[in-house]
Amino acid sequence: MTITEANPGYKGYKYVGTRLIRPDGLEKVTGKARFAADLNLAGQLHGAVVRSPHAHARIVSIDTSRAEAMPGVKSVITGDDFPSVDPGHRQYDMCVNIIARDKVFYEGHAVAAVAASTLEQARAAAAAVEVEYEALQAVLTIDEAMADDAPVLHSHMLTRGAEPPAEAPSNVASVTRFSGGDLEAGFAEADFVVEREFSTKPVHQGYIEPHACVADTGQDGHTTIWCSSQGHFNVRSSTATLLGWENTRIKVVPAEIGGGFGGKTTIYLEPLAAALSSQAGRPVKMVMTRSEVFRATGPAPCAKIRVKFGARSDGAIVAADAHLIYSNGAYQGAGGMLGAMTVFESYKIPNFAVEALDVVVNTARSAAYRAPAAPLTAFATETVLDEIAEELGIDAMDLRLKNAVKEGDPSTMGFPLARVGFAECLEAIRSHPHFSAPLGPNQGRGLAAGYWFNIGESSSAIVNLNEDGTATVVTGSPDIGGSRASMALMAAEELGIDPHDIRPVVGDTEAVGFTDITEGSRATFATGRAVVEACRNMVIELRGRAATMMEAEVGDIDWVDGHAVYTGDGDSEGKEPLSLAVIAGKAKRTGGPLTATGSLEAHGAGPSFTVHLCDVEVDPETGVVSIVRYTAAQDAGTAIHPSYVEGQIQGGVAQGVGWALNEEYIYDSDGVMENPGFLDYRVPVASDLPMIDAVIVEVPNPAHPYGVRGVGEAGIVPPIPAVANAIHSATGCRIRDLPMSPVRVLEAITAAGARANGG
Amino acid sequence: MTRVHVTCTINGDPAEFLCDGGQTLLDALRDEVGLTGVKEGCGTGDCGACSVMMDGRLLCSCLVLAAEAEGSDVSTVEGMASGDELHPLQQCFLEGAALQCGICTPGFLVAAEALLERNPDPTETEVRYALAGNLCRCTGYDKIVRSVMAAARSINAGAGSGH
Amino acid sequence: MRYESPTTVAEAVELLGSEPHARVYAGATDLIPQIRSGRPEPTVMVDLKHIDRLCAITSTAAGFTVGAAAPTADICADGALAAEFPGLVEASGLIGSDQIQNRSSWGGNLANASPAADTPPSLVANCARAVIAGPDGERTVLAAEVATGPGRTSLTPGEFIVEFELDRPPARTADAYLRLTPRTEMDIAVVGAAVRISLDAQGRVADAAVALGAVAPTVVRVADAEAALIGREPAGDALAAVEAAAAAAADPIDDKRGTVAYRRQVAGVLARRAVATAAERAAEPQRGDRP
Repeated sequence: MTITEANPGYKGYKYVGTRLIRPDGLEKVTGKARFAADLNLAGQLHGAVVRSPHAHARIVSIDTSRAEAMPGVKSVITGDDFPSVDPGHRQYDMCVNIIARDKVFYEGHAVAAVAASTLEQARAAAAAVEVEYEALQAVLTIDEAMADDAPVLHSHMLTRGAEPPAEAPSNVASVTRFSGGDLEAGFAEADFVVEREFSTKPVHQGYIEPHACVADTGQDGHTTIWCSSQGHFNVRSSTATLLGWENTRIKVVPAEIGGGFGGKTTIYLEPLAAALSSQAGRPVKMVMTRSEVFRATGPAPCAKIRVKFGARSDGAIVAADAHLIYSNGAYQGAGGMLGAMTVFESYKIPNFAVEALDVVVNTARSAAYRAPAAPLTAFATETVLDEIAEELGIDAMDLRLKNAVKEGDPSTMGFPLARVGFAECLEAIRSHPHFSAPLGPNQGRGLAAGYWFNIGESSSAIVNLNEDGTATVVTGSPDIGGSRASMALMAAEELGIDPHDIRPVVGDTEAVGFTDITEGSRATFATGRAVVEACRNMVIELRGRAATMMEAEVGDIDWVDGHAVYTGDGDSEGKEPLSLAVIAGKAKRTGGPLTATGSLEAHGAGPSFTVHLCDVEVDPETGVVSIVRYTAAQDAGTAIHPSYVEGQIQGGVAQGVGWALNEEYIYDSDGVMENPGFLDYRVPVASDLPMIDAVIVEVPNPAHPYGVRGVGEAGIVPPIPAVANAIHSATGCRIRDLPMSPVRVLEAITAAGARANGG
Repeated sequence: MTRVHVTCTINGDPAEFLCDGGQTLLDALRDEVGLTGVKEGCGTGDCGACSVMMDGRLLCSCLVLAAEAEGSDVSTVEGMASGDELHPLQQCFLEGAALQCGICTPGFLVAAEALLERNPDPTETEVRYALAGNLCRCTGYDKIVRSVMAAARSINAGAGSGH
Repeated sequence: MRYESPTTVAEAVELLGSEPHARVYAGATDLIPQIRSGRPEPTVMVDLKHIDRLCAITSTAAGFTVGAAAPTADICADGALAAEFPGLVEASGLIGSDQIQNRSSWGGNLANASPAADTPPSLVANCARAVIAGPDGERTVLAAEVATGPGRTSLTPGEFIVEFELDRPPARTADAYLRLTPRTEMDIAVVGAAVRISLDAQGRVADAAVALGAVAPTVVRVADAEAALIGREPAGDALAAVEAAAAAAADPIDDKRGTVAYRRQVAGVLARRAVATAAERAAEPQRGDRP
C-alpha cells in the first residue's frame, strides 16, 4: 500500500511543514478507530439519566423505589449519593451541574441516573424514577435575569468584582472592567462617534459524537474510565472531586474523540457512570442522545453588547467604550470576562473602557466554544469599524491597517504584544485575487478580522526509542484534529528520523505526566514544546551513548540529521557518524533503555490574528443568504502540518458561518428547547458552503522552537462580522441581531424599503 | 421477549444475528454484529454518520429496523477496503486530510461511494448536494469535497487504463 | 414489537386489522424517531415495501400509477415521470438527503400529514388521486382529501394508501414547485408553493392550480390566484395578482421555523415565481399539441 504525501519540507526543515498522512488516519477511514461509544466490556450495564422537565424548580423528593424494582435494574443514584459540596468550592458549579442537589436550574438538568442490563431497561427505569418538583419562575433571558424583581437562581451568588462589594445575591455573577487613557478626552477628539447594540442567541458546538463513556469500578474501588474528552486528566480530577475520591483511584483512558470545540473541556457523564458502576460492581456504559447533548451540554453563551467608537476623520480610532453582558446559562461563566479581553484587542485604541457582566439564567450551563466570547465581540467591533470606514469614506481594509496592533502595542490588560502577524494577514487578503474580483447582482463582500490570545498551560511528553531505531512519542493531549501528526513531525525533525518511524500515542492518566485539557489552541504549541523538550533530552542521552561507543568526550559529539557526529579535534579514526538506529541497537551495552521526558508549563502562546473575506448573495425577496466565496488568512506562526492548519481554519469558518446565519437555541416560554436535533438546529451542510480558501500566514512565534502559534480557535472569530458586512454590502442593511436568518434579513430589507419609500 | 433471527449478507459474507423487533439496523450492526464503524450522531436521520448500503441503496441505518435486513445485502465502511488495498475514497481521504476527528468519516465514505457508483464524474455542486445528508463539524467540507473528486478522478483513470 | 412484511395488499390489510396497535411501516423516517422520542411503540410494524403494487412506478395510457411506498429516489430517476410532472418530481427530490430519498415516499409524505411536507402541494396541484385499501376494500379519493390537519388524515383505522394515480397532463401544461428553507438541504419547508399551468395556443393561461404548503394546517389551494391567471398571459400584473392572492390566502403560524409575516410575504413570492417557471415550462415546444 503506497500513500503519497505532497509537499517537501520548507524553511530548512526536513519534516516540519510536510503533509504527513496522519498516523491515526487508517483506523478512521476503515471504521476501526475506537470512540468511547464503540467500547463494550463483558458484563457491561447501560446507564440512563433522569432529567428535569422544568427550567427552574426545587426538588421536593425523589422516589427511586419503583425504578429499583424494575427488571434488569442494578443501581440507581441521585444527588444524595455524592458528597455534599460547598458553594465556595472551586468546582461547585460543575459538581451540581452534573447531578442536581436541591434545585434544578434548566430543562434537562440531571437529577438521577440508573444502570440496568439493557439500555431499554435503563430508560424505562429512568422514566419510573418519581421526582416531585416545586416549580419556580424561570429566568430565561438577560433582561429577565437583570430585572429588579428577578428570581435569584443562586442564593449564594454575590457579584464578584462589584464596586462597592455586593451585599445581596443577584443573577450577576461577576463584573470585569478594563480601561486605558482618558475616555472622555478621546471621544472629544473624535470627528465621528457611533454607538451600536448587538444581541445573539446561544449556539451549540455541535460535535457529531455525543458524549459517551464506560466506567468500570472494581470491588477494590479502583475505577477505569474510557471516555471522549478534550482532557482526560481533567476528567480524572473532576470525577474524583465529585465522588470525594483520590486521583489514584481513577484511571482515565482517552478514547478517540469525535469533535469537541471546547464542549468537551468539561464533563457530564463520567462521575455518574463511576458511581453507578461502583454500586453495581459492573462496568457501566453511558451515551447521550443528541437531544440530551443539546439540552444538557454546553452551548456557548449568548450576549447583549453595546459598543461606542470614536474616530478622527483620518480614520484613527481614538476612543472606544464597550458594555458587554454575557449569559452563561445556569451557572457563573467567563463569557463576559473573555469578551472584555477580546473586544478591543485587535486595534490600537489610546482611550478605552470595557465593562463586562456575566449573568446566570435558567438554561443549560454554558461551556467553552472555540475562542469563547470572541466571535460576539468581533461581531460588534468589526461591523462598527465598517460603518466608520463607510462614514469617513475610507476603505475598510485601509482603516484596519491604520489601526491594527503590532509588536509592542499594549493589550487591553496592559501587557505589550509580542511579534504578531495581523498586518501580514491584512496584506495577504488585500493581495488575494478574491479582494478585487467582480461581484454579481445581489452580491456583497464583507471584510472582518479576528483575534484570539491562545494559551499555554501544562504538558508532558515521553519519547521511547525502540531497539530498531524507531520511536514512540507519548503525550497527554487528546488528539482532536490531527495533533498526533504534528507531534510526529516535530519529533522527527528533532531526532532526525523519518516521521513514519515514529508512533505518536495519546497516553492514559497513568502512562504519561499531567497534561492540561486540549483547549486554547494549545496542543501543538505547548504539548509540541514538551515533545521537543523530550526529544532534545533524548538527543543529549544519544550523544552520551555515542561518546561511550566512540570513546570520545560528549562535548565533541554533535547531533546532525539523525546521527551522532564527532566534531572534536582528536583522531577521528573509529569515530564515524553513528545513526540513531545503531545507537538504539546498542543501548543494552551503553546504559540501558533510551527514554526521555519533557514536561513544562508553557508560556508565550502567542496570539493568532486572522482576516476573512466573504462574498454573499442575498435573495432580496426571501432574505436567503448564500455564501458564494470565502477566503481566510491566518497567522499560524509556523504550520507544522499545513493540511491540518488549513482544516482548522476551514472548520472555524464553517462553524462561524452557521452561527452567523442559522444556528440558535430556540426556547419555548417555559424554557424548554424547541429544536434539540440537527433538523431544526441548523448546522451548515456541504451544499451551504463554497470551497474555503485558507491562506496560511507565517510570522513565527518566538516562544516556540518552530514558531508555532495555536490555530484552532481564531478561525471562528471573524465569520459573523464578515457575513454581516457582506450582507450590508449586498443589501444596504446592517443586521445586529443573530442569527441573520432569512426571516431577519427579509425584515431588514422590508424595513429599509419602507423607509426609502418615506415610510 | 422473543428475539428476531435475521439472516443476511454483511460486507460480502453470510451473516446472522438476533435482534429485538424494535431495534434499529444501526444498533444491531454495532451491538449484535460488532461493526462499530457505523456511528450514531443523532438517531434521527439528520447527520448521516450511520450511513450504510442495503440492497444497493444508501440509507441511514438509524431509520431502518434491523428485522428489515432479513435476506438483504448490507455493506458498511468496514467492507470498503479489499484485502490490503484501500478503496480509492479511503486513500484520497487520507491524502487529502479530509478528516479531523473522524467520527463522520465512515458515513461520508459510504455515502461518497454510493454517489460515485451512481455518478462517476460528479461536479463540485453535485458532490456537495449528494453529501448534504452527512454532517461534518470539523472540516468545513472543503477537503472532503476535494477528496471525493480526487477519488473520482483516480477511479476513472484506473478504469481508463484497464482498457 | 413484531415486524411483518406482507407481499400482498390483502395480507397487509389483514395484519393491520389484526391488532389495534399495528402501524404501517414504509420509509419510517418519521416513525422511528417518533418511537425513539418516547411515543408508544406499536405492537406490529407492517412493512409495505414488499408489496409490488406499493413500489411500482407505471406509465399507463391514462397517465401514471405510482406506488405509495415507491422511494422518491426512484421517482426522481424516472425520466418519463419527470418529463410530464417536473414540479412534482422536483418536490419529491427535496425530501431530505440521498439517504432519506431511498426511503421517503409520496404515501408517507402525505399520510404523515405534516403541514410542511413537500410533495402534497404538488400532488394537490396535479389533482392526484390516492387509492386507499382497508378492511372494506379499496376506495379512491383526491390526494387533497387525505390530510385533514397536522398529523391527522381521513384514513380510517386499518387503511393505507396503495398508490397514486396521475392523469396525463393536457397539451401546453407543466408544473413547478418551490420551497423556502434556511439551508440548501436537510430542512423542512418554511413555505412551499406548487403550481400547475395550462396555456392555450395563444400563450394565455387556460387552467391553473396554485397550492401552498406550510402556511396552514393542510395544503391551501389559492383560488384567487388561479382566477387571476385564467385568460391572461402569465406575466406582469397577473403575476403581481398571484403574489398578492397567495400572501392573502396564507394562514400560517409563528413557530421555530418562521413567522406569520415572513411566511405570508414569501408565500406570495414563491407562488409568483412558481407560476413563472411552470408557465415557461408549459410553453416549451415538447409540451405542444399532442398528436
